[in-house]
Amino acid sequence: MRLKYVLSEVMVGLWRNVTMTVAMIITMAVSLTMLGASGLIYTQVNDMKAYYYDKIEVAVFLKPDITDEQRTSLEGALKSDPLVREVIYESKDQAFEKFQTMFADTPAVVDAVKPGQLPESFRVGLKNPEQYEQIFQAYSTREGVDQIIDQRNLLEKIFNILGSIQTMALVAASVMAIAALLLVGNTIQVAAYSKRREVAVMKLVGASNWFIQAPFVLEAVVAGLLGAIIGFGVLCLGKVFLLDGSLQELTKLLTPISWGKVLIMLPLMALAGSVVSSITAWVTLRFYLRV
Amino acid sequence: MIQLEHVTKTYPKASRPSLDDVSVGIEKGEFVFFIGPSGSGKSTIIKLLLHEITPNRGRVHVNSRDVTAMRSWKIPAFRRQIGCVFQDFRLLPNRTAYENVAFALEVIGKTKAVARRVVPEVLELVGLGGKEHRYPHELSGGEQQRVAVARAFVNRPLILLADEPTGNLDPDTSIEIMRLLDRINRTGTTVVMVTHDSNIVNQMRRRVIEIESGRIVRDQARGVYG
Repeated sequence: MRLKYVLSEVMVGLWRNVTMTVAMIITMAVSLTMLGASGLIYTQVNDMKAYYYDKIEVAVFLKPDITDEQRTSLEGALKSDPLVREVIYESKDQAFEKFQTMFADTPAVVDAVKPGQLPESFRVGLKNPEQYEQIFQAYSTREGVDQIIDQRNLLEKIFNILGSIQTMALVAASVMAIAALLLVGNTIQVAAYSKRREVAVMKLVGASNWFIQAPFVLEAVVAGLLGAIIGFGVLCLGKVFLLDGSLQELTKLLTPISWGKVLIMLPLMALAGSVVSSITAWVTLRFYLRV
Repeated sequence: MIQLEHVTKTYPKASRPSLDDVSVGIEKGEFVFFIGPSGSGKSTIIKLLLHEITPNRGRVHVNSRDVTAMRSWKIPAFRRQIGCVFQDFRLLPNRTAYENVAFALEVIGKTKAVARRVVPEVLELVGLGGKEHRYPHELSGGEQQRVAVARAFVNRPLILLADEPTGNLDPDTSIEIMRLLDRINRTGTTVVMVTHDSNIVNQMRRRVIEIESGRIVRDQARGVYG
């Protein structure tokens, strides 16, 4: 009975002030969409790091005039280095073959390079790709070494771009969250005012505090949950039409975002939406429903 | 039943206290009038007994419980033992007489079945049999106050507080309400009534406590308005 009463009060409350409710839900939805998007980017960056760091190599290019002796001792040193996972030797011919397949689409570039022009190199896989600096210091001054290039640099740039998109999404999410909070506070005030007679009687006859406050708090929670569901819908649309649609080329290059990851965002957004709105509602009630 | 011990209450920004070192005891089953001019501090006593406000000094005991030291989460349960009636009735305008009384039961967790059993009974008791489904605006002032009394009494409280319950009523209607309060008092309920209606006090001949400028100036069994 009491549950039924509370729930019907919640529905009446949401309807009584339906324009405000809609505004509250929309701002919640936008804020939570931004939050969900930044969450997706965050998991995406982590996935990409795991995926690409395995494949990252440090390329140690050799001078054209390197002697066989120098090459063997360098290879021995690399192979016995505790930081190194694997060492692969790439000869001039192999480098040229690789180059040909990489630029197969642009024959002009391929024609401009002749076999033997490309340097030979050791492709070094590190146990921990972040330890590049130590490798660089140990081997860059060795005889026969021309230069050392870390492929991680390129990836870092991509990660930085994704990172700043994530920060922007988070900033937008927080700004919208502030607007949503103010709306929740205002809605609760209006609701408390329109039910002031009932509340006065309830206090007088000794209704418990939670019973008086629950309809108001639940009103905000329902709005928060609806906002989360709408926000989740927007994320799904974003995946279907942007990531799998017009931006497909880009997503192929990065690792794809699976539906599983998008789905995880729903409970996350619902939790954030309901917790934030219920705390706001509760705090507002502290001021407007003094018991 | 009710004990005030050296109670002093000064409202913020007030130049003098509303109640100044007031001590009074009320036994179970008594019918007590607090009288005095406006602003003498008599309504402050009702507010103290309901724990709507707390005294600056002194202790308030109700039902042998120290109200002054009560934790805020215990207040709702405490108020269920006290019925309260006001000058302005405080009924919910969009609910019928029946619903107004039932509301008071439902919000403290009683089932609809209990309400169906108890509410008609108490409405009959206050003399509103047959008018259960009228809205407040369809009832006279006296009838509205009867609904308020029914709501205050439906839980069978140990104490009934009445803050100028006849203040908005004509003399004849006032007397009917007083008869009702008298009947409730005869069931063993302690009744504390704040008023400045001299007619009523003189007719009832009950204990009269007169307050002036926050102090008790008279406490007389079977008293008159003075």
